[in-house]
Amino acid sequence: MSSKRTIYLDHAATTPVKPAIMDAMQPYFSEYFGNPSSIYSIARTSKSAIETSRQQVAKALGAEPGEIFFTSGGSESDNWAIKGIAFANRKKGNHIITSAIEHHAVLHTCQFLEKAGFSVTYLPVDRYGLVDPSDLERAITEKTILISIMYANNEIGTIEPVEELGEIAKKHKIPFHTDAVQAIGNVPISVKEQNIDLLSLSAHKFYGPKGTGALYIRKGVKIDTLLHGGGQENRRRAGTENIAGIVGLGKAIELATKDIGSHNATIAAMRDRLLKGILETIPYSRLNGHPVLRLPGNLNVSFEFIEGESMLLWLDDEGICASTGSACTSGSLEPSHVLLATGLPAEIAHGSLRLTLGDATTEENVNFVLEVLPKVVQRLREMSPLYHKPANDGGSHVQ
Amino acid sequence: MYSDKVMDNFKNPRNVGEIENPDGIGEVGNPVCGDIMKIMIRVADNVITDVKFKTFGCGAAIASSSMATELVKGKTLEEAWTVSNEAVADALEGLPPIKMHCSVLAEEGIHMAINDYRKKHGLLPWEEKHSHCQDYEEAGVCRHS
Repeated sequence: MSSKRTIYLDHAATTPVKPAIMDAMQPYFSEYFGNPSSIYSIARTSKSAIETSRQQVAKALGAEPGEIFFTSGGSESDNWAIKGIAFANRKKGNHIITSAIEHHAVLHTCQFLEKAGFSVTYLPVDRYGLVDPSDLERAITEKTILISIMYANNEIGTIEPVEELGEIAKKHKIPFHTDAVQAIGNVPISVKEQNIDLLSLSAHKFYGPKGTGALYIRKGVKIDTLLHGGGQENRRRAGTENIAGIVGLGKAIELATKDIGSHNATIAAMRDRLLKGILETIPYSRLNGHPVLRLPGNLNVSFEFIEGESMLLWLDDEGICASTGSACTSGSLEPSHVLLATGLPAEIAHGSLRLTLGDATTEENVNFVLEVLPKVVQRLREMSPLYHKPANDGGSHVQ
Repeated sequence: MYSDKVMDNFKNPRNVGEIENPDGIGEVGNPVCGDIMKIMIRVADNVITDVKFKTFGCGAAIASSSMATELVKGKTLEEAWTVSNEAVADALEGLPPIKMHCSVLAEEGIHMAINDYRKKHGLLPWEEKHSHCQDYEEAGVCRHS
């Protein structure tokens, strides 16, 4: 690559570990390496570090420490929540409700359960990616044993009406799980006030380490174990604890949820300026997702007549790291299931670009993208058979 | 994930553009699948004297179009017809398996342009030796076309 700089605008994919978080983790690799299940003092240090982290996570979510269980990340938490609830309640019923725009960790788990005899309703979303609570209400049957709707979407950033959805679930006494992997640190969360029974989170999305996450399970919720073995995590999740990772998670969630409002206002302002600049300078571009109810750092736009992967390659050449909903980067058959669910035509979904801003993003980064992106889009349009140059009189060119 | 040759043909594509009143046009692909190639040829004395393309698609699709047009330029129609998708991929120093269909698309585009020329001249179109639908299926890619 010819670029010398890196402008990282893919924070929804993952984030760099912050130095303060790395420092907090450091002693737990070689110094306090003891197995928390052991009796000697270095092990007690490990054990107490885990409990401190559990308190930090609980505080960030408005939960009790005893309701927090450490996992290997978002995918495990989603798998545990969904399979655990489904199998623990199969005598009650076999119906699960989720949405069409969930992360694959939820969707593929539900599809797996369909093969095991469960039936799943995938709620549609509107053009902004919002689930309609009345659709949820209508989908509930006496066989419904689980409702799982994401807190905020990873591709288009749409924030779902979680509290309302939780209210409906509560009214019908059905466990409500939410995949909050993208939401932590971006929106204030209170599991009690928002009627959330289970919540998945992952440290690497908020400047913590990869391979560490947690599942919040409200006290009293009936759920099976996913990982069987030793008696760790109150005999609910086996496996020697990833102590350093857990310490990193605790520190990361503490930092991410501290003055969440002012911090995100800065990021959202840069995001809005970026969006405005893109829509103003690039014709035939549109915003995907909701204009207001969206994660502060998320920007998802589609450019007609071009394909996303070729856009990413040119952006990468300039040092800009971004992502797309085009099938061509995922190795799958279809473009993003999320964009298609919002009603976007496949050819326009192929031309989508996701830029996710984070703590290190600067105004200069925004300026640079606004300088580079229009040229990249134009260059690709010039070689696209779908694009016809605007006539000199400024007339419409659309085929 | 791409070879240097693919990146070079993506970043500096050869023969991009259009030919006015071309002797043959081939347009293949489908926007739903994320790639469309339009190939135009100029033919004189049975030789492809000029070729241009326009492509909507990923890096591999653009690079395949560029390489395919390079490979058939200056060739007789018979020679150009034998340029296979494997030849395009080989000339690009390989494509990732999931992107092989891009080279298939390029071969199809060239074939369609040649047959368009033949039909315009009252000649029977040449027959494809094998169906590329199979390649598509094997590549696990687009099933919309």
